Amino acid sequence: MTLLAVQTLNGLQLGILLFLIAAGLTLVFGVMDFINLAHGVQYMLGAYLAVAGYGLTGSFWLAMLLALAGSLIIGLILEVLVFRHLYDRSHLDQVLATFGVILFLNESVKVVWGSSPLTLPVPEILDGSIPISDGLLYPVFRIALIVSGLAVAALLYVLVSWTRVGMLVRAGATNAQMVSALGVNIRRLFMFVFGFGAMLAGFAGIMAAPILAVEPGMGDNLLILAFVVIVIGGIGSIRGAFMAALIVGLVDTIGRSLATDIARLLLPPAAANDAGPAVASMLIYILMAGVLFFRPSGLFPARAG
Amino acid sequence: MSVAATDKPAVATPIFRARVLPAIILAGFALLPPLAMALDDSFLVFFAIRVMIFAIAAVSLALILGFGAMVSFGHAAYIGLGAYCVGILAEHGIWEFYISLPVTLLVCGLFAAVTGAISLKTRGVYFIMITLAFGQMAFFTATSLSAYGGDDGLTIWGRTEVFGSSVLSDRTTFYYVVFALLAGAWWLCATLVNSRFGRVLQGARQSEMRLQAIGIEPYYYRLVAFVIAGMLAGISGALLANSAEFVSPAYMTWHRSGELIFMVVLGGLGSFAGAVLGATGYLVLEEVLSHITEHWRLIFGPFLILVVLFARGGLMGLIPGGKRHD
Amino acid sequence: MTEPILTLDGLEKNFGALRVTDKVSLDVLPGEIHAIIGPNGAGKTTLIGQISGSLRPDKGRIVFLGTDVTHLPMDKRAKAGLARSFQITTILPEFTARENVALAIQARQGHSFHFLKNVSRDEALNAEAGRYLTDLGLGNRADVHAGALSHGEKRSLEIAIALASEPKLLLLDEPMAGTGREETDRLVDILNRLKGRYAMMLVEHDMSAVFALADRISVLVYGAVVATGTPEEIRNDPKVREAYLGEEAA
Repeated sequence: MTLLAVQTLNGLQLGILLFLIAAGLTLVFGVMDFINLAHGVQYMLGAYLAVAGYGLTGSFWLAMLLALAGSLIIGLILEVLVFRHLYDRSHLDQVLATFGVILFLNESVKVVWGSSPLTLPVPEILDGSIPISDGLLYPVFRIALIVSGLAVAALLYVLVSWTRVGMLVRAGATNAQMVSALGVNIRRLFMFVFGFGAMLAGFAGIMAAPILAVEPGMGDNLLILAFVVIVIGGIGSIRGAFMAALIVGLVDTIGRSLATDIARLLLPPAAANDAGPAVASMLIYILMAGVLFFRPSGLFPARAG
Repeated sequence: MSVAATDKPAVATPIFRARVLPAIILAGFALLPPLAMALDDSFLVFFAIRVMIFAIAAVSLALILGFGAMVSFGHAAYIGLGAYCVGILAEHGIWEFYISLPVTLLVCGLFAAVTGAISLKTRGVYFIMITLAFGQMAFFTATSLSAYGGDDGLTIWGRTEVFGSSVLSDRTTFYYVVFALLAGAWWLCATLVNSRFGRVLQGARQSEMRLQAIGIEPYYYRLVAFVIAGMLAGISGALLANSAEFVSPAYMTWHRSGELIFMVVLGGLGSFAGAVLGATGYLVLEEVLSHITEHWRLIFGPFLILVVLFARGGLMGLIPGGKRHD
Repeated sequence: MTEPILTLDGLEKNFGALRVTDKVSLDVLPGEIHAIIGPNGAGKTTLIGQISGSLRPDKGRIVFLGTDVTHLPMDKRAKAGLARSFQITTILPEFTARENVALAIQARQGHSFHFLKNVSRDEALNAEAGRYLTDLGLGNRADVHAGALSHGEKRSLEIAIALASEPKLLLLDEPMAGTGREETDRLVDILNRLKGRYAMMLVEHDMSAVFALADRISVLVYGAVVATGTPEEIRNDPKVREAYLGEEAA
């Protein structure tokens, strides 16, 4: 039971990270019809910048500020240098060119910081653990991650629902032509959404840095999980991304912890030890396939909000 | 897709591209081993085997990407599946090609049929993301197969046998087997594209609505093409396993899928000769750059971006013979 | 009494709160040209979409050749003999005109899971495609990329494609849209020649073309049929004059 509680918290934590990444991706896609594979390396850069910022300042909080600013600046530079020239290209061109960006940035990180994993210490105020039930301690920082992610989700909800930019973003996700017909400065809106998405991904990287290994390519796998989230949630929908991210985080984490035990009930131990993890790693993809089969445009298509 | 907006009658397939260029390319591969022997350069043969193996995968991807506009970002999964079929069977003492080849085709065909049936219900970006996700699923499944090496991969102590004889262990023989399979895959794909089936596939790329309006549902035709492409890529994987005598999840990372797409685009969409040239170009580039610096991706990444932004016709765009066959 | 080729029975379609098709009931008899006219936004294209199968009606039935096709997808209806042209030209631009028509013939002949024979060397197929093109005055343009044809030629090509599937009913969605006077006259001539051989439902804005071609006309206003009758009856119907022709005369 305690195991399940811990796994649920871990699942939420993965879900929150996925949401922070998927939110930027789905916004960018909804507004600009632009698929950005390099979004995952922006998460990685957030983590590295935080480590570097900590090296400079010795403070987690200053490091976070620096890393957020850095993420924004790098995001905008990429937008101007590469992405801007791809908006009216085919999706094939978009994925290939942004794939090139991934190769370059993953390698750059190796050159600057080396291939071995780095760590970022947990800030003192969030260090330690608290009991969440009898005899079960859970690290404060991980709880802080979940809470901060929920706060960002709430902030996003307010931004998208109540502000003018949010209105344009929502309209853009439903009908991009209409937005440009309204005479809105699309280029500025794009840059804004883009920079915002880059910062969200960077923020996820910063928050992940103290608990995960900071290493080259760390964003690649999360990127694909974020795609699964978007497909399940419905392209362009923030609410869908939020719900789907939590579902994917929970299913993946709990599935991995239980799969071998469940397999043992059905199979001899040796086979179960093999089959359990294999099945567990397929779970979310099977979930995705199932959702697609019954709801081809996702659980919460952008039209519905 | 570029439309050849010329007013002159279209030549069905310029003879140079359809006949002469493929003949030159195949002749080049056919004559390479004696040439390498004369130069006493055994690396050349080894390298050309690798090129041809990836060319098979690139040709299969060109079929669905170039002619069917299906941007599959999970094609490396089939290379991996094919390789694991050979590796796992060998682990259980089964070396015969007449078992491992049908098993490879069956496994890859099934995986393509199931994932394709789901992915092809969607269009555009969804299709890209879903094929990427299914590819990743295959990758993670392979890494969790601890009985077969998991992350570390699986060493195969030998090569596939032909009726009990290990002829494939001879490098020159193996070379020509790979060569024959490349020529076969190329011929098959070129034939498919020019058949009634191929016309439907290419028509669906231009307007799905038009096809439905004349009574054709493109879905089934796309699915069949997707399965054929998956099986051909599986063969390339089986060859890769034989060539390296090793199988690893690294064969099916999504980076590899991206590289395959790049090979096809570098060569020029809508041409199998382009896919073969693209595979060659990519692997030569990788070889040359990685000799210059360990961090060759620092150069390759921006190069890829520049190709996408500025060199839209790919290598085939540089070759005479008029615009590509549309 | 002759069986109608197509019968629409109480067809309804809403886009949100907007009713775009309002209890439409009408039929098309063998060999007849039944024209649908109506002001912009009357729901003509949506109606064609429901008949051809690209849109699903919310209510009502579509009976084609005695079978209920309301829930059949577009390709199945096309196979059954329902061919359409589109308001926005929908051809395969990278194929030649001949290849466009040949594909329609190929579709009519059965499934296309033929993998080995080179289709461009199928002389019988090419010759048959050529005949349809010649029929539509495109004989000397057969081997030009469809994307490179003039607008009027593209409109003709679309009709050739529709005819190549040997339909029982032709749905023509504004075939004259965007064509010049000369082209329009040519298309009217062509349709007049085809008249009697095929039943047609013609949606068109060009009134002179409609009155020159139609056996019967239905007037659609805000999704509902306000009148059906011969061209003469429609011209003199006070309701029609008020709702529709009035604004043209003014």
